[in-house]
Amino acid sequence: MHDLIYLDNAATTMKKPEEVVQAVTRALCSLGNSGRGVHGAALDASRLVYETRVLVNELFHGWDPSQTAFTMNATEALNIALFGLLSPGDHVITTAAEHNSVLRPLYALEKQGVELTILPCDRMGRVDLNGFQREIRSNTRLLVCTHGSNLTGNLYDIQKIGEIAANMNVLFLVDASQTAGIFPIDLQRMHIDVLCFTGHKSLLGPQGTGGLIVRPDVKIRPLLYGGTGVQTYRKEQPPEMPAALEAGTMNVHGLAGLHASLQWLKEQGAERLREKELELMREFYHRVSPLSNVTVYGDFSVRERCPIVSLNIADADSSRAADLLMQEYGIAVRPGAHCAPLMHKALGTCEQGAVRFSFSHTNTMEEVIFAADAVRELAE
Amino acid sequence: MIRKERKVIITFHTTAMAIAMEAVCRKRQAPGRLIPVPKSISAGCGMAWCAAPEEKDMLCQLMKEEGITHQEIQVCMI
Repeated sequence: MHDLIYLDNAATTMKKPEEVVQAVTRALCSLGNSGRGVHGAALDASRLVYETRVLVNELFHGWDPSQTAFTMNATEALNIALFGLLSPGDHVITTAAEHNSVLRPLYALEKQGVELTILPCDRMGRVDLNGFQREIRSNTRLLVCTHGSNLTGNLYDIQKIGEIAANMNVLFLVDASQTAGIFPIDLQRMHIDVLCFTGHKSLLGPQGTGGLIVRPDVKIRPLLYGGTGVQTYRKEQPPEMPAALEAGTMNVHGLAGLHASLQWLKEQGAERLREKELELMREFYHRVSPLSNVTVYGDFSVRERCPIVSLNIADADSSRAADLLMQEYGIAVRPGAHCAPLMHKALGTCEQGAVRFSFSHTNTMEEVIFAADAVRELAE
Repeated sequence: MIRKERKVIITFHTTAMAIAMEAVCRKRQAPGRLIPVPKSISAGCGMAWCAAPEEKDMLCQLMKEEGITHQEIQVCMI
C-alpha cells in the first residue's frame, strides 16, 4: 500500500512546511511567556507574538497589528466576537452556509433575546446575498457570513456584503476558516469589521492557533477574564486591544509555527498555491462529475471556489464510502455532516451525509487521479 | 459497487469514550475497529466501534467490565 493520500485539508492541513516544524521546536526549547516578565526568554516570546501580529495585519490589510487578538481557533474567535458584540434586543443576519461555530453561538444568543435571521441556501449551496439588504431592520447590529463553505466549497462575495453593511451602518463579521492564507482578503477594501480565522488550515500553522482582527473603533466585550501581564491592579479587563481579548498565557509555541507559516506563504505567494489547489480540484471534479452514480454538490460554474469537492455515490452511506476509501485505497476524506447542518438540509443530504474531498497544494495530480479512479470503482 | 455487510455497531456520546473503547479493546485483544458512524444509526458525524455480529455479547461484557459507557448497540447492515 502507498502512503496515505490525505484529502481532508478542509479539516486541517496535515503537511506543514518544514520551517513550521522547526519554528515550533525552537520555540519549545527557548521561549518564555509572552508579556510575563522582561527577561530575555519572555521578551523573545513577546517579540515573536508581535511579529506574528504584524504578519497577520499585513496579510489581511488590517489597521494596526495591535488589533489582532490570538485565540486557540476560529471557534473561539467567533464566540468572542458574537457574544462580545450582540446583546438582547439586537438583530443579527447570517446564512445557512455557516458552520456550527457560528450557528451554535447564535442559537445560544437567540435564547438570550437576540433576534436571528438566517438567509437560506439553494440546492447548489448558493445564498442570495441581497437578502442581507432586505432583512436589515432598525435593530440590526451585525451581518455574519462565511467566506467559503466548508461543505460545498462555494465562495461568497464578502466585498458585496461588506458594502451593504457599510451603506446600512451595521457591522460585518467574516468567518475566514476555509480561506485565510490562500484567498485574498482585504479588510479595509471589503468593509469587514471583524475577521475570524484559524491558523491550522490554509494558513498552514499548528492546531491551537487562530484569532480575530477587529476594526479599531469596534469594541468587543471580553469572553474570558484573567491575567494580561499589564494593568494588574485594575479590577476590569484592560480595554485596549489586544489585551482586552487575550486573557491568560498564549499559545506562543503554536504562534511560533504560525509566524513561520505566514512567512512561508509570503515567500511562496498565495496565488501560485491557490492556482495549484484549484487545478487539482478541477481535475478531480471533471473526472468524477460525469460518473452516472455520483452526485456532486455545490456550484462549479464559477472559477473561484475553495478546493473542495463533496459527493455521494448512489445512495450509499457517506460513512461507508469514506471507510472503504480509507480501508481499500488509503485515501483520507471526511464523511457525515461536517458541522454544517443547514447546508446539508439545503442540499437534501441530512440523512446520507456527503463524502468531502478537500485538496491542498501539497497534493499531487497522481493522488487526484488515483482518488478519482477509486470513486469510479466504488460507483461501478 | 459498495456492498453492505452485517456488523455490530456500538456508538458513544463522545469521541473520548470511543477512543477509550479502542484502548480497552486493544488491551484485551478484542476484535473490531473504529469506523465513521453509519447513517442507519445516526445522521451526523462521529465514530463507532464495528465488529462481526457474533462478537456483540463479548463486547458488551467487556464494556461492562472496563466501565465503557455506550450510546447505542445495533446489529445491522452497513
